[in-house]
Amino acid sequence: MSDDLTPELAADVLTIALETGGELAEIFFEDVEQASVNLDDGRIESLASSRDRGVGIRVIDGERTGFAHTADLSAEGLRSTARAAAASIAAGKAGSQSGPLATVVDFQPTHVEPGEVQIHPATVGKADKVAALRTAEETARSRSEAITQVAARYAETRRRIRVINSEGLWADDDQTRTLFSVNSVASGDVGLQTGNETVGLSMGYELLDRYDVADLATKAADRALTKLEARPAPAGTFEVVIGPGSGGVLFHEACGHGLEADLVRKKASAFAGRVGEQVASPLVTLVDDGAMDIEWGHLAIDDEGHRGQRNVLIEDGVLVDYMWDTIRARQQGRTPSGNGRRQSYRHLPMVRMTNTFLEAGVSTPEEIIASVDHGVYVARLGGGQVNTATGDFVFGMVEAYMIENGQITAPLREGQLIGNGPKVLTQIEAVGNDFEMGPPGTCGKDGQGVPVGDGVPTLKVTELTIGGTAA
Amino acid sequence: MTAKNGNRNGTTMNQDQLLSVAESLVAQAASNEQIEVACSYGRVRSLRVYEGELENMTTADNAAIGVRVLADGREGFASAGSLDPDVVNQMLSEARENAKFAEADPHVGIAEPDGVEPVAINLWREEVATTPVEEKVQIALDLERGVRSADPRITGVRVVSYGDNEGSFALASTAGIRASTQATSASVSVQVLAEDGDKTQTGFGWDGARRPGDLNIERVIERAVSRTVDLLGATKPATAKVSLVLDPHLTSTVMGLIAGTLTGDRVIKGRSPFVDRVGEEVATPLLTLVDDATDPESLGADSHDGEGLATRRVPLITDGVLQGFVHDSYTGRRSGHGSTGSAVRGTRGLPSPGVHALAIAPGASGNLDDLIAGVDLGVLVFNLAGIHSGVNAISGDFSVGVEGRMIRNGQLAEPISECTISSTLQRMLLDTTAVGSDLTHLPSGTSAPSTVIGDVMLSGAS
Repeated sequence: MSDDLTPELAADVLTIALETGGELAEIFFEDVEQASVNLDDGRIESLASSRDRGVGIRVIDGERTGFAHTADLSAEGLRSTARAAAASIAAGKAGSQSGPLATVVDFQPTHVEPGEVQIHPATVGKADKVAALRTAEETARSRSEAITQVAARYAETRRRIRVINSEGLWADDDQTRTLFSVNSVASGDVGLQTGNETVGLSMGYELLDRYDVADLATKAADRALTKLEARPAPAGTFEVVIGPGSGGVLFHEACGHGLEADLVRKKASAFAGRVGEQVASPLVTLVDDGAMDIEWGHLAIDDEGHRGQRNVLIEDGVLVDYMWDTIRARQQGRTPSGNGRRQSYRHLPMVRMTNTFLEAGVSTPEEIIASVDHGVYVARLGGGQVNTATGDFVFGMVEAYMIENGQITAPLREGQLIGNGPKVLTQIEAVGNDFEMGPPGTCGKDGQGVPVGDGVPTLKVTELTIGGTAA
Repeated sequence: MTAKNGNRNGTTMNQDQLLSVAESLVAQAASNEQIEVACSYGRVRSLRVYEGELENMTTADNAAIGVRVLADGREGFASAGSLDPDVVNQMLSEARENAKFAEADPHVGIAEPDGVEPVAINLWREEVATTPVEEKVQIALDLERGVRSADPRITGVRVVSYGDNEGSFALASTAGIRASTQATSASVSVQVLAEDGDKTQTGFGWDGARRPGDLNIERVIERAVSRTVDLLGATKPATAKVSLVLDPHLTSTVMGLIAGTLTGDRVIKGRSPFVDRVGEEVATPLLTLVDDATDPESLGADSHDGEGLATRRVPLITDGVLQGFVHDSYTGRRSGHGSTGSAVRGTRGLPSPGVHALAIAPGASGNLDDLIAGVDLGVLVFNLAGIHSGVNAISGDFSVGVEGRMIRNGQLAEPISECTISSTLQRMLLDTTAVGSDLTHLPSGTSAPSTVIGDVMLSGAS
């Protein structure tokens, strides 16, 4: 952490930042160390390390924000950056400052418990990480002669942040994330088919005690092999059962974004002005929870210094609340919800999700599947795209099967799942008791990526469009 | 240091200073080591307006370094967001440490000079620095006002942003490569909301140029607005076999996906549907694709690639026949074809082969209206969704969400959404039935005409 950033210097920098009439000034310090190892094509191709350290200074005046950032951590570098942020807020503003300037309040350090890390990844030898990737490759290849390619990746990130603002906030966090991913390609009569398994959690190298690398590789290989037997996905409208875990991405994309207060304000949300209304099936309770220990989207504090917390967004189908960052909360006279996040010190924070999930219901997955005569079972959902204003979405099905007479039958090749988020919420007919979090994700919004988690139990949607190739 | 516009901070670094930082590390190479160092320095400004007011503005300087070390065929890499001497030296040790754990490959290595002379292209426009910030704010305000007043059904503008950049890049290596460039860019983008009764739609428009004065705001407004309001009331179409009509932007998207499979790394790893097909007719004779970073008209133009070699014109498909692939020095050595000067990289990442400035040659079929008039049952595509998940660059399978207008008997008909189109990249090349003569230079750096792709499955209502 930057020990040079004393309270005296911080107060001085914030005072400079407020000189053009801002109401609130903030210093965001970040120090990120990353390392990754890639295996591809039978070889450990490269190891990469990176270091990124800098400060972003933000000034808020009502709806207006001035921002500047620097990698120059000297006292003069910080002062000069504060002046640039203050000048940015003044640009194009009519008239001169009237009334007294805001002043900097004495800092009150926030007590923060960072996520627990048992084995700091940087203390583990690179040879061990290389060996884990080797094991993954050998295991995946050993599943079948048909596995012709294996790629595997290990990545670790340690991100230390400090948030200081002119209203007396002073909070530090130390965030560690570790990820392991295996991709395999199987070759057969239907061409090349791919399979993936990725695990990532907010923890240290103990991730690889929690998950067996060989087991991850087996799953990745078997997914590719299964698809060699797959038939083309059908085209048209079907009853769809979404399996536990990865289906959470659908609710993140197609519903969660519409519950972000900045999008709501700009009416770029299908949920604007609907708090208190029944927006979903009564079976639906949708939650965003930054305080979920070890999950990929966990944070002790958000990037504005507010604690991660559990926020119920939709309860029994009724829209309860949106997610909030500092600017939107100030404008509404309420407290932020711990959802102010940014990709790095080079970016402005905005409302972002953390871990977003649909709570478990009471049905067993077996009875949900048995209730479908002719439909599609989506075991794993891949990446997707959504129009947040309308809620229209498209997601890739990376593992799917037909359901015929209440039974899961033939595997399907990749296809797309198309629908509308708000509509799907009303069409959820059953929710399983088998909740799981899905694989780690990176959420993109306005060009910024942040780590997020999501999850669902098994659930049944009465009607979704499958964009397959079978006529 | 000057304080022009009152909001600059930090000390700027020019190409020569960057080159000397890079050279200082290269000079530390041991006898069994190859070292390549890339450095960059950029001054960025970005701003947003909302409802006639400045919403936020960012000003900053960004520095970066990427160090590649090769020892005994093993490669290590390290990067940092700072050019401070202690950080720079730490990156050299990190990269050396990383190289120890990689596995040897005889083809791995930095680029060797190949005698190709770089073309001189001036990518720098002083106006990015000299245009007052108030004028830049005004560009965004004009864009917002233009969009709002263009059509009564436009109810909001979610994001209106302006951004510009002045950047310098330098690369030095133990192979004797010394390359440096400087470039400016400016861009605007807008996200539009439209409503009609209970129907809502969104749309997007953007433009890019080397200087703010070259941004075509009118064109951004026209496209963003028409593509949004024309989708109002979109419904799910019936499942059918259709022809797709693609304007130059969409042609660029689809052909860009195909060009993405023609890269050396995909070919040597067997991850392209076009492996082993050089010399074959993979497309209709109407199609010619070239990667040409030497074309000064393209915003993707550059005199050097990401390993410091001169860029050159690389034919990919000529009159339907596959000519070859883009290579960097590694895939060039491994495949025996040599680098085509096609390494792409950010300073913070390792180079890999890629397309810089794709050019799709124009045909003789007229403009977009002419192409629409020639289609019996088709879709004029406005947006493709889910390209990341829906296109398999290994198998060529293609299945993505689509929004647009139906075409019936040569006439535009109802808007459609909540549907997908599917085919394969291989079939789409062969099924391209018309190529327009309306060649357009796009802000992405690609130049493309309008095209028609036949025999595509449109999946909607059963």
